[in-house]
Amino acid sequence: MNNFQKNSARFILLLLIQIIILNEIPPIHQFITPYLYFIFILWLPFGTSRMATTLLGFALGYCLDMFTNTPGLHAAAASLIGYIRPTILNILLAQEVSEELTKEPSIATMGWEPFIFYIFSLTFIHHFYLVLLEWLQFGNFWYFIGKVFFTTGMSILLILLVELLLNRRKLKR
Amino acid sequence: MKNIIGFIRQNFTFFIFLMLQIVSLVMLSSYSKSHQTFFGNWNNAIAGNVNSYYNEWAYFFNLKATNAKLVAENVALRNELAQNFVPYDTSIKSGTLILRKDSLEKIRKFFYYPAKVVGNSFTLQKNYIIIERGTLQGVKKDMAAISPDGSIVGVVVEVNDNYSKIMSLLHRNSKVSAMLKRDRVAGSIEWDGNSPDILLLKNISKSTSPKIGDTVLTSPYSSSFPAQLMIGKVTSIIKDPSSNFLTLNIKSATNFYNLEYVYLVQNRRMEAQSDIEQRGEGNE
Repeated sequence: MNNFQKNSARFILLLLIQIIILNEIPPIHQFITPYLYFIFILWLPFGTSRMATTLLGFALGYCLDMFTNTPGLHAAAASLIGYIRPTILNILLAQEVSEELTKEPSIATMGWEPFIFYIFSLTFIHHFYLVLLEWLQFGNFWYFIGKVFFTTGMSILLILLVELLLNRRKLKR
Repeated sequence: MKNIIGFIRQNFTFFIFLMLQIVSLVMLSSYSKSHQTFFGNWNNAIAGNVNSYYNEWAYFFNLKATNAKLVAENVALRNELAQNFVPYDTSIKSGTLILRKDSLEKIRKFFYYPAKVVGNSFTLQKNYIIIERGTLQGVKKDMAAISPDGSIVGVVVEVNDNYSKIMSLLHRNSKVSAMLKRDRVAGSIEWDGNSPDILLLKNISKSTSPKIGDTVLTSPYSSSFPAQLMIGKVTSIIKDPSSNFLTLNIKSATNFYNLEYVYLVQNRRMEAQSDIEQRGEGNE
């Protein structure tokens, strides 16, 4: 399976998981909305250009928006992290790693601490922007702060879980 | 001019990003009913398809909850049936011409409860049905049980806190008062222990002429069952020359094999009725 097929499959699968499972589970609390779909952007190979990640983010967000009846909300947030992603990768990575263009960000390729910083920063930015846009429509300040932090925590938990489940073999090596 | 083009070219990605942000923010802020109808058609073609598939699945997994809801609704509807009520007695003259009671107001006689079947047998000589509803939920001994399609199932014989035992019609000792719908002649429904599909209607006078296919209903004499509930249809007539009565084979209308829910019927005047039935027997 080449890169393109793999990423297309991921695109569809993650959207389906987000729409069918995560958006449908009864909310634990009004602050907690589990978001996982943007892990698609986080998992794109190191070599993906800034242009591509931005456009892909927009496409991904817009597809999700079609199902949640919020046109533009997720599209804005996902294209923002698509745009910021290369900057953060450049800060975190030594030159020689980022030259292996077809590899993907993971614990195995980046190491624990840079990877956690990477997902934390992008997840936080994504949720901050998403909830900010939501907040501008309705809600109050404490709702905004609470929701950003709790939703970020939930997403990071989910991402780490997925990461540990899918990359178990690489870790053992 | 050259500089501007050069600047845009250098920061092309950034401008694309800005454009996308503006597009999505405009979409978000201008989202309204008119927007919905304008973009909706195109979006719904894709999203609607996926959602309808998804709904089919969700529907399947929700069947249990839906079922419980329908049972509750059926009980509510059944409780509204006119035959559960008896009117006030307005035939008594009390000296004045004015009636003491509003004759439109009715007294409730029958009350229905739903109950889930958790145990069921139909292969033995003495068959019982266990249901998950007991004294704490209002079940009393001798309450009648009917199936969701309105045909009778049996009578409650044992009750504890949360469960009760119903003596099914398929029991050697079961006896329910029944009548032929055609000429309203009453007899009693019993079971001979042979086939779970066939019940016996005994004690029908030989002067009546039942036909094959006649409907058998519960009679108004029963204290547990409301009148005119379906029991079954006559399949054959046994004429015993040594007796004054006919025995009819009845194809049971109740499907005892797949009972999931039953409705329990409470007769609020049962004590009074059985009391008067038993009284006076010692005088003879």
